[in-house]
Amino acid sequence: MLFSENILVALAGLRANIMRSLLTMLGIIIGIASVIAIMTVGNSITVMVNETMQGLGANNIQMGINYKPQEEDVSESGMDFGDGYMRAVTDEDLISQDMLDAFQEKYKDKIQYILLEERVANSTVTIGKNSANIQIVGYNKDNIDFMDIDMVDGRKFLARDYADAKNVCMVSDKFVERLYDGDTSKALGTMVDVPINGDYHSYYIVGVYEYVPDQFSFGDANNPTTTFYLPLSTAREETHNQGKGYEWLTLVTTIDTDNDSFSEEVRDYFNMTFYAKNDAFEIQVINMESMMDSMNTMINTIQLALSVIAGISLVVGGIGVMNIMLVSITERTKEIGTRKALGATNGSIRLQFITESVVICVIGGIIGIILGIALGSLAMKVMGYQAAISVSSIVIAVGFSMAIGIFFGYYPANKAAQLNPIDALRYE
Amino acid sequence: MSQELMLDLRDIHKSFFIGTPNEFEVLHGLNFTVNKGEFVSIVGQSGSGKSTLMNIIGALDRPTAGEYNLDGVDIEKAKDNELSAIRNKKIGFVFQTYNLIARTTALKNVELPMMYAGVGRGEREERAKHLLEEVGMSDRMMHKPDELSGGQKQRVAIARAMANDPAIILADEPTGALDSATGRLIMDIFHRLHEEQGKTIVLITHSPELSKETQRIITLKDGTITGESTGNWSGLNRKEEA
Repeated sequence: MLFSENILVALAGLRANIMRSLLTMLGIIIGIASVIAIMTVGNSITVMVNETMQGLGANNIQMGINYKPQEEDVSESGMDFGDGYMRAVTDEDLISQDMLDAFQEKYKDKIQYILLEERVANSTVTIGKNSANIQIVGYNKDNIDFMDIDMVDGRKFLARDYADAKNVCMVSDKFVERLYDGDTSKALGTMVDVPINGDYHSYYIVGVYEYVPDQFSFGDANNPTTTFYLPLSTAREETHNQGKGYEWLTLVTTIDTDNDSFSEEVRDYFNMTFYAKNDAFEIQVINMESMMDSMNTMINTIQLALSVIAGISLVVGGIGVMNIMLVSITERTKEIGTRKALGATNGSIRLQFITESVVICVIGGIIGIILGIALGSLAMKVMGYQAAISVSSIVIAVGFSMAIGIFFGYYPANKAAQLNPIDALRYE
Repeated sequence: MSQELMLDLRDIHKSFFIGTPNEFEVLHGLNFTVNKGEFVSIVGQSGSGKSTLMNIIGALDRPTAGEYNLDGVDIEKAKDNELSAIRNKKIGFVFQTYNLIARTTALKNVELPMMYAGVGRGEREERAKHLLEEVGMSDRMMHKPDELSGGQKQRVAIARAMANDPAIILADEPTGALDSATGRLIMDIFHRLHEEQGKTIVLITHSPELSKETQRIITLKDGTITGESTGNWSGLNRKEEA
């Protein structure tokens, strides 16, 4: 077939002028490599962000109290803290347990869990020469159930632990490994003394869960900061918040709930029912799904903008290819004349040179893809994240370099095809 | 022997720069025919218009006026792509400067016209090998042009001219760049093609010496045919016997 012959002829031509071919390809290589590198980095970040958010729960709705917008106080500069109108949060502004009970009753078919959490402190527990870093957090029952923790030994909290604010805790197997030689039976039932803000507090270990390191935990891998779970009520006693409301919380909806519309429903319900008379605060609702969407859109936009800039070098590369094709055609005028004398039609001459230009661009493109993936992966490695190669960008890059080959090869090829065979044959 | 016409040129005119003040006519109404199986030479000094005539015979160019019939096809009416097909199938070119395609092997060079004719790969290669064998180049089929001597290149070029079994072979000063011994060898190949295969050959040359080897000599001067004579070639076999 003529086409495969053309490819062989083109490859022979490239081999004959290796240095020139490489320099010609360089523009394409750099262009494709930078686009691919940007795509790889962007893709990796998107995957990472999505995984993180997925981990936080994609069908979660975050809600909390926030200042009411006070339009009359916004000055021309756009930023004004309202000349003292912004008062501090008082206990009356918080989301109370009564509100939550009423809310849950009203929307019980849409709400799966209401996640409440009380962060107490970070601490280090020391027994003898051994120590373990912990983060002390109080969770309500919904939150513990939702977390889906794998227990290694012992039990989770019981209803009365939550109700009576019992001094019980769940620790990680890492914690047991560091302080109790990994013997869970030794740890269970013992009282552990935890320094919190200078005072020692004692808790019974009732359960040991399996610690799963996540990629965002910093610090010593041998002594990671693991979570030290308390019942929510116990934790709120430590922070002197017992009986008070909550500044923010997380709703987990049932699977068939449309989070976008439900978020608005929740906001309107709270603001109309409980916050209509509040002078300074209202409820703000953040839907994780839409947040994820806007985050992805943002990353994609940045990625696209950078790719377009990198794409400019592709155009420059394409012009380089066109230039070298014109030189090559001038050099091979006599060959073109000979081919025409032997029966080549204008079309077959055109096809020959377009093929040649496409071959240059595709080889450049492939080298560029390899280089781009290497660069992108390296960048992600430096940042300490997993590189996610975007397959679609590779397909697009190959297609795009072909298109460049055709676009910038067409003019020279057409020029070759239009050569008068007599003039071409006589050319020296 | 039946006198079937291979080339029939009537009142061929060719002008350049038509419609400009520099317009001038190179060929002033040529009339001649070439019979099938004839070995004819066209002789003329440089400037006589023989290159222009060769371009017209070779279907590389169209006459400004006149009729040209090649093996039953009206050339002056053919479109560009039809001219390509005519050059491909009916004419075998042999050039003074060989014009082999650099960077490809002798075999691929011979295959080239067949490729443009759409002959399949296997058949192409088989025929190309056979043709190279006929010109005594079977041991250098895989060599590239720059690895061949002038005589070898011209033999490859002749094999290439024969690729699509053309109606005529059009040879433009085929020995012009060769020493006399090699030139002799090339001329003998033409004689063999003519005598053994009955090929119609048109030889274009400035050398009256060389033209005497052909059956008929057409002399061109200042764009007109000034004479026709017969050559004195005794035949390849008879020469060898002598």
